[in-house]
Amino acid sequence: MQPDDVPGSTTVADSVISRPVAVPQRSATADSAIASPTVFHLKDLSVYYGPFRAVRDVNLEIRRHEITAFIGPSGCGKTTVLRCLNRMNDLVASARVEGQVQYQGLDLYGADVSPTEVRRHIGMVFQKPNPFPKSIYDNVAFGPKVNGTRKKAELDVIVEQSLRGAALWDEVKDRLSSSALGLSGGQQQRLCIARTIAVEPDVVLMDEPCSALDPIATARVEDLMQELKSKYTIVIVTHNMQQAARSSDRTAFFTAEVNPESDRRTGVLIEYDRTEKIFSNPGDERTENYVTGRFG
Amino acid sequence: MVSTTVPDLRPKRGARTLRNNVASGAFVLSFVLVCVPLVFLIITVVAKGAGIMSWSFLTKNIPSARRSGPGMGPAVVGTLLMTGMASLMAIPLGVMGAIYLHEYGKTGRLASVLRFFANVMTGVPSIVMGLFIFTIWVLPRKGQGFSGFAGSMALGCLMLPVVIRSTEEMLKLVPDHLREASLALGSSKARTIGTVVLPAALPGISSGVLLAVARAAGETAPLLFTIGIVSKPNLNLFRGSNTALSAQIFSNAALGLPGATERAWGAALTLVILAFLVTFIARVVVARFDPLRKAT
Repeated sequence: MQPDDVPGSTTVADSVISRPVAVPQRSATADSAIASPTVFHLKDLSVYYGPFRAVRDVNLEIRRHEITAFIGPSGCGKTTVLRCLNRMNDLVASARVEGQVQYQGLDLYGADVSPTEVRRHIGMVFQKPNPFPKSIYDNVAFGPKVNGTRKKAELDVIVEQSLRGAALWDEVKDRLSSSALGLSGGQQQRLCIARTIAVEPDVVLMDEPCSALDPIATARVEDLMQELKSKYTIVIVTHNMQQAARSSDRTAFFTAEVNPESDRRTGVLIEYDRTEKIFSNPGDERTENYVTGRFG
Repeated sequence: MVSTTVPDLRPKRGARTLRNNVASGAFVLSFVLVCVPLVFLIITVVAKGAGIMSWSFLTKNIPSARRSGPGMGPAVVGTLLMTGMASLMAIPLGVMGAIYLHEYGKTGRLASVLRFFANVMTGVPSIVMGLFIFTIWVLPRKGQGFSGFAGSMALGCLMLPVVIRSTEEMLKLVPDHLREASLALGSSKARTIGTVVLPAALPGISSGVLLAVARAAGETAPLLFTIGIVSKPNLNLFRGSNTALSAQIFSNAALGLPGATERAWGAALTLVILAFLVTFIARVVVARFDPLRKAT
């Protein structure tokens, strides 16, 4: 579904035509105006696992400095589409993508695009917190070290900034060398967020980041998302409709169609619009049924 | 009808309790039976070998078979040097082979074939390993074939499949979500293996490796046709025949000469102590340094 307000032109980051992926200039005036530049443009995206089509014909645009939520019942392809955005589906041997995923005008699945480079610009926070079995400091410093930062002084600054950015600094500043596995679930998830933003990505993808957390930890992560929005673009998959309603700017509603012959389910995008509209006056009956709780 | 009486929670006597007790008794008895030969063995080795065990036993040259007195120095040195050389060859190859099998090859054709052969090799009798090295290395060199290095190669052949198998099992225990977290930060696969997977699996790998070392240190059959068992000290692994504790047991135990027999028992005790030490270190390493263990 096309959103109501189509941007006048898709801005492409300068001089990136011949390079695989590049970080655009962060414009100082890029607030979330009606026509924010497009970060992702999905065109007729279908994802196959072997012969089985998991999700079909997704068309949507993700805008800079917005929080875009994917909602819908289980098994309708939300996580599959999310993982296409940073090529994590490459890790599944049988996964195949048809259609186009454009990141700032560039084909993310182009022949000379390196998935490793893609993931330096598009980070991901997973459903179950997965800190490395290392110290808190080493967890956050991991990404910058991969990118070549070696000097302890620089790493110290990055670690502190990232932990502050994830609202975790005050709680851990006296025990940076202790194991990350000793933190509570909510703290571990915020550590994973700190780890992700330590490499200063362009986009942060979140796959149900709060589903393993208690309500208070969830609220803190949601507050964090609002703060992070000004620096990053966020795409979040969530089962929690209230979370989507209160946190996101735009919402995409997916559902699953059952193939009568094979009984397999294929995910399909039903509606994609500004969040207020999806939750107050959705265009499609299926969306309305879902957000009002009549099914799913 | 709802019962209003308090249920009787006391243990009930009867056939079921009797069967339970009989079964428990049978398990305990089985365990005791298993322990008996083990304990008997250790007591015998200690009793027979303790008399001659001393620092001079471990360092002096081996007296001729008819004479009594301590002296197993060359054999101790031989065992240590040969096991060390075998470890140097088998451990890096084995660990890297296991990394290939689990992280790269996975279920592919080459990996399946290699895995099959590694499994088969764990069951090949150790004397066959000795015969193999004898045929391809010792024989072509006519008179100069026997050497400590030839023995090391035979021991290495013995260690290699064990190291591959146990390392692969340890790599399987590292959860995939750690690999995903690293890749999502823009780390390459090789770097992920080096900085996340291996450190997490290291205590388990060390344990498996040390057990392989302990086993190799005590093997006799691979040495029978490869080192040309002598009694004189030889620090050069690459030239001239050599000896080892296990080989000395072989050559001394059945001579019927009291001095030789006593030294054989001393050598046996030395090997048992060596195996015990190595196993003990392995367990301590796993317990203390396991990063996948939750922080206390």
